[in-house]
Amino acid sequence: MIRLEDVHKSFGDLEVLKGVNLHVKEGEKVVIIGPSGSGKSTLIRCMNYLEEPTSGKVYIHNHLMSRSRRAFINKIHSSMVFQQFNLYPHMTVLDNLTLAPVKLKKIPRKEAEQTAMGYLKRVGLEEKAHVYPTTLSGGQQQRIAIARALTMQNRIIFFDEPTSALDPEMVQEVLDVMIELSHEKNFTMVVVTHEMGFAREVADRVVFVDGGNILEEGTPEHFFTNPQNERTKAFLSKIIR
Amino acid sequence: MFEQEKWEIVWNHRQSFIDGTISTVIMALAGLAIALVLGIIFGLMSTSQSKPPRIISRIYVEFIQNTPLMLQALFLFYSVAFSGVKGFTALICGIVALGIYHGAYISEVVRAGITSVPKGQSEAAYSQGFSQIQTMFLIVLPQTIKVILPPMVNQVVNLIKNTSCMFLAGGAVDLISRTNAFAVGEGTASAAGQGYIIGGVIFFVICFPLSTLASRWENRLKNRDVSSNKKEGAK
Ligand SMILES: Nc1ncnc2c1ncn2[C@@H]1O[C@H](COP(=O)(O)OP(=O)(O)O)[C@@H](O)[C@H]1O
Ligand SMILES: [Mg+2]
Repeated sequence: MIRLEDVHKSFGDLEVLKGVNLHVKEGEKVVIIGPSGSGKSTLIRCMNYLEEPTSGKVYIHNHLMSRSRRAFINKIHSSMVFQQFNLYPHMTVLDNLTLAPVKLKKIPRKEAEQTAMGYLKRVGLEEKAHVYPTTLSGGQQQRIAIARALTMQNRIIFFDEPTSALDPEMVQEVLDVMIELSHEKNFTMVVVTHEMGFAREVADRVVFVDGGNILEEGTPEHFFTNPQNERTKAFLSKIIR
Repeated sequence: MFEQEKWEIVWNHRQSFIDGTISTVIMALAGLAIALVLGIIFGLMSTSQSKPPRIISRIYVEFIQNTPLMLQALFLFYSVAFSGVKGFTALICGIVALGIYHGAYISEVVRAGITSVPKGQSEAAYSQGFSQIQTMFLIVLPQTIKVILPPMVNQVVNLIKNTSCMFLAGGAVDLISRTNAFAVGEGTASAAGQGYIIGGVIFFVICFPLSTLASRWENRLKNRDVSSNKKEGAK
C-alpha cells in the first residue's frame, strides 16, 4: 500500500532522513513515535510528497510518487490530518468538506453536501456545518479536519501529531474519533503521535524513529513490554510516567 | 487670490478641466488594468518554488522601484512614441509607463499577501490533491484579499497622481496638462494661481476618499487582529 525505499531527505546541510525503508500494508495501522526533531513529520510528509525526498523512492498503491504525480496520487489515495488543523478559514465548515470532492472528484454539490453531513455527524458536529472554522474550539476544528479528510473517501489517512496542539481536555474527543476510524478494516492509518495509550490500543505496528532512522519496530506488546534498542528504552521511560 | 474676475476666467474654461479630469481617470483605469495584470503575474512569480521566475520578478521590481518614473516615461516617449513606432502614441506610452511602474509595486503587494497566508493552508490543499495553480486560486489568493486591498487602494491613489507624468508627452489631454495649458495660456495666464488650485482640488476630491477608505480599512483589520489575539490569549 505504502512503500518507502531508502528515502533520504536533507534540508540544506542537515540530513533529516537517512535512508528509511518502510512498508505499510493495506488496512494496517502504523504508529510512528520518537523524540521531537527526529524526523517523524518529515517522514510522514514524504509519503504524500509535501516533502520531496532528496533520494529514494515512495510508492503508493504501486504508483511511484513524483512531484508531478503528487496531485493525482493524493487525490485518489490519501488524505492528511495536521497538527495545526489547517482548515480553510475563508470557508464555512461545510464548504471545507465539499471543496475537494466537488472540484477534484467532480461530485455534484448536493451529493457532496449529503456525504459531508454524514461525516460531520460521525464526528459529532453536524450542527456546525454553516459556521466558520475559527469560531470553533481546537478539538472541534480537529474533528472537522478529520471529517474533511474522510470526505475524499480515500483509503489512506496520515495523521501528524493530531492532538499535540490541543488543550488537554480536548485530546480525548479527537482520539475517540480516531479510535472509531481504526475499527474500519480497509482504512490504512499512519499516525505520528505521543499518545502511547492510543498506540497501545490501535496500532498493529509501532515504529520508533530517532536521528532520521527507524531504530526499532514491532507490535505494541513488543514495544511497551520488551523494547530492545537502548534509545527506544530511554525514550519510552521518559514518555511513560 | 480672491479677485472675482480671475475665478470667472476659470469658470469659463471649466470644460477644459472637466475633459482633463475625464481623461486622467480613463488613463488611470487603463494604467491600473495593466498594473494589475503585471502585478499579479510577477507577484505569483516571486513566490514560485523554482528560482528563475523569482529572479526575473526580483529584477523587474528592483529596477522599476529604483529608477524614477519620470525617466521610465521619458524613455518610452522618446525611444518609442516619438521614434514613430506605429500605434504607440504618447498617450499609450504614458499608460504603459504607468502600468509597468505600478505593476512593480502591486507585485510586492501581492507577494506580501501570499506570504501572509500560513504554509499549512497550501499543504492542506496539496494533501487533498489540488495542483499548485488550483491551490493558489482556490485557497491562497482568496485569503489574501483583505490584506491586499488597503495597500492596493493606496497604489490606485498614487497612480492617479502619477498621471502627471503625461505632461511630458506635450499636448496631452490629462488634468495636469490641461491645468498647465490653462495657466500659461494666452488670456488665461493671469489666473494661473486659480487654475492650479482648481486642478489640485479636483485631484484631492478624487484621491482623498480613496486614501481615507484605505486607512479605515487598514485600521479595522488591525483592530480585528488585536481583538482576535486577545480571544486566543484568553482561551
Ligand atoms: N522545511 C524545513 N527546513 C529546514 N529544516 C527543517 C524543515 N523541516 C524540518 N526541518 C528540520 O528537520 C528536523 C526534523 O524535523 P521534523 O521532521 O519536523 O521532526 P519531528 O516531527 O520528529 O519533530 C528538525 O531538526 C527540523 O528543524
Ligand atoms: Mg513533527
